[in-house]
Amino acid sequence: MSVLEYRRPEQVAEAIALVSADPGAAYLAGGTTQLDLLLKDGVVEYGTLVDIGRLPLRGTSVVDGVLRVGAVTTMEELAADAVVIERLPMVREALLSGASTQLRNMATIGGNLLQRTRCRYFRDRAVAACNKRAPGSGCAAVRGPARMHAILGAGENCIALHASDLCVALVALDAVVGIEGPDGQRSVPLTEFYVMPGERPDVENVLAHGEMITHVDVPLPAAGLRAQYVKVRDRASYEFALVSAAAALRIEEGAITEARLALGGVGTVPWRAWAAEDLLRGRQADEANFRAAAEVALRDPYTVPGTEFKVGLAQRLIVRTLKYVSGAQT
Amino acid sequence: MGGASVVGRTTVTVQVNGQERRLELDSRVTLLDMLREHLELTGTKKGCDQGACGACTVLLDGRRVVSCLTLAAQCDGREVTTIEGLAPGGELHPLQEAFIRHDGFQCGFCTAGQIMSAVALLAEERAGSDAEIREFMSGNLCRCGAYPNIVAAIREIAQQGGGMP
Ligand SMILES: Cc1cc2nc3c(=O)[nH]c(=O)nc-3n(C[C@H](O)[C@H](O)[C@H](O)COP(=O)(O)OP(=O)(O)OC[C@H]3O[C@@H](n4cnc5c(N)ncnc54)[C@H](O)[C@@H]3O)c2cc1C
Ligand code: SF4
Ligand code: FES
Ligand code: FES
Repeated sequence: MSVLEYRRPEQVAEAIALVSADPGAAYLAGGTTQLDLLLKDGVVEYGTLVDIGRLPLRGTSVVDGVLRVGAVTTMEELAADAVVIERLPMVREALLSGASTQLRNMATIGGNLLQRTRCRYFRDRAVAACNKRAPGSGCAAVRGPARMHAILGAGENCIALHASDLCVALVALDAVVGIEGPDGQRSVPLTEFYVMPGERPDVENVLAHGEMITHVDVPLPAAGLRAQYVKVRDRASYEFALVSAAAALRIEEGAITEARLALGGVGTVPWRAWAAEDLLRGRQADEANFRAAAEVALRDPYTVPGTEFKVGLAQRLIVRTLKYVSGAQT
Repeated sequence: MGGASVVGRTTVTVQVNGQERRLELDSRVTLLDMLREHLELTGTKKGCDQGACGACTVLLDGRRVVSCLTLAAQCDGREVTTIEGLAPGGELHPLQEAFIRHDGFQCGFCTAGQIMSAVALLAEERAGSDAEIREFMSGNLCRCGAYPNIVAAIREIAQQGGGMP
């Protein structure tokens, strides 16, 4: 990339107009994904970056039992938010398990939702075959060594992982993405925001060029829901998940009345385990049922030799996390 | 209002270690390269240049960030503190002295980043135990493996109740 224009408009509408009008323009928030891919790996190309980091989209508010998070609130700011600490401890756990303090001081919530995959073939321009980077070129990861890759929602065209921790907790809690574009505003549930690779691994979500995430709404759960985010990784800290789980249960008189389960480290998109939730609802909170839920959650994986281990690892993590949130001894 | 009057270039006004600096730069220049190449503040080190090692850690408006993934342009109107800013009159910051006392380094390449990160760690009040220090210093890698001594240096200053300049 030879020339880069840097712009920092003061109004949301102005930023949207700038990017919408120019196919070669893109938003810059914290920059921890964008600058890496543009300036260091050279796998994306833009002539203009529109810095949205200082737009008035920062901070949180609570309206009608919903926490509204401004898109440029940083990960550290959200983790320190009093409402998050008190009512959404699982979101805090997911935030603080991600990246490092330095990166969390920079990275924004909108940017976290839109972070690109860490697939090293995608990030290496010397690799020719990458359907996400160069549509129709094939997929180097399904044939080459793979480990930090997806097994759910994956296929021979792409096994790239969505590596966010935060999004796993957010899909479990039914978060909704607030979007603004040149033609107005819309809201999309986070569970419907991402698009699985299918035939078009280069299309990752429902955003049109120029549309901006302005906020994320997180419904506050009623008291009594026990939730936890657990991340399993190759290092004790500062590493992406091999497998992670966001689980929440409400148990009344021994029976499960509300079950939420989402998985990280395994999906091409932050993965909501709907079938496992359906199985758990109405049943006893015991290990046999947790095992059955883990079984259905990992049904029909698409694995390559380097990712086969994730099936069993994810199942064991699901059982362990459900046991913990059910209050059983682990 | 940020922006360029000349194609591909940006004017940046930034407080660096308490001094106002005004530069006209290529818009692609990172904060790290601005410090090292344009202001000759070479205390801040370039390790991975991709956000992964923490060697380039500085404080931006008092919060620790990695300067290799920050554009200089993003710092317009803001305050940057580097390792040089910790000892303005030549008198070392308590953490710098503790790193020397505890032998918190071998080659020293990661040290400026470790110390800047540790300064922020103390301000964040996250040095309550060795486990907490390790967790919240995990963004700073040390290829020489000086970790136990780094933790010891930070622990000592934390127990003395701070060390903010
Ligand atoms: C070394 C390293 C380790 C990491 N470890 C983890 C980890 O363990 N867990 C984890 O979850 N993440 C991890 N990350 C990823 C990190 O969380 C993301 O890079 C970060 O959240 C992206 O946010 P940002 O504000 O920096 O986005 P940017 O880099 O500024 O932008 C990312 C993308 O989103 C677009 N964008 C940003 N904001 C908006 C908006 N409001 N509307 C529309 N488009 C927008 C940009 O155009 C760009 O395409 C790691 C990153 C690094 C570099
Ligand atoms: S897994 Fe997806 S991103 Fe990685 S090489 Fe294959 S197509 Fe590219
Ligand atoms: S040089 Fe910036 S994190 Fe490694
Ligand atoms: S002292 Fe050599 S890298 Fe830390």
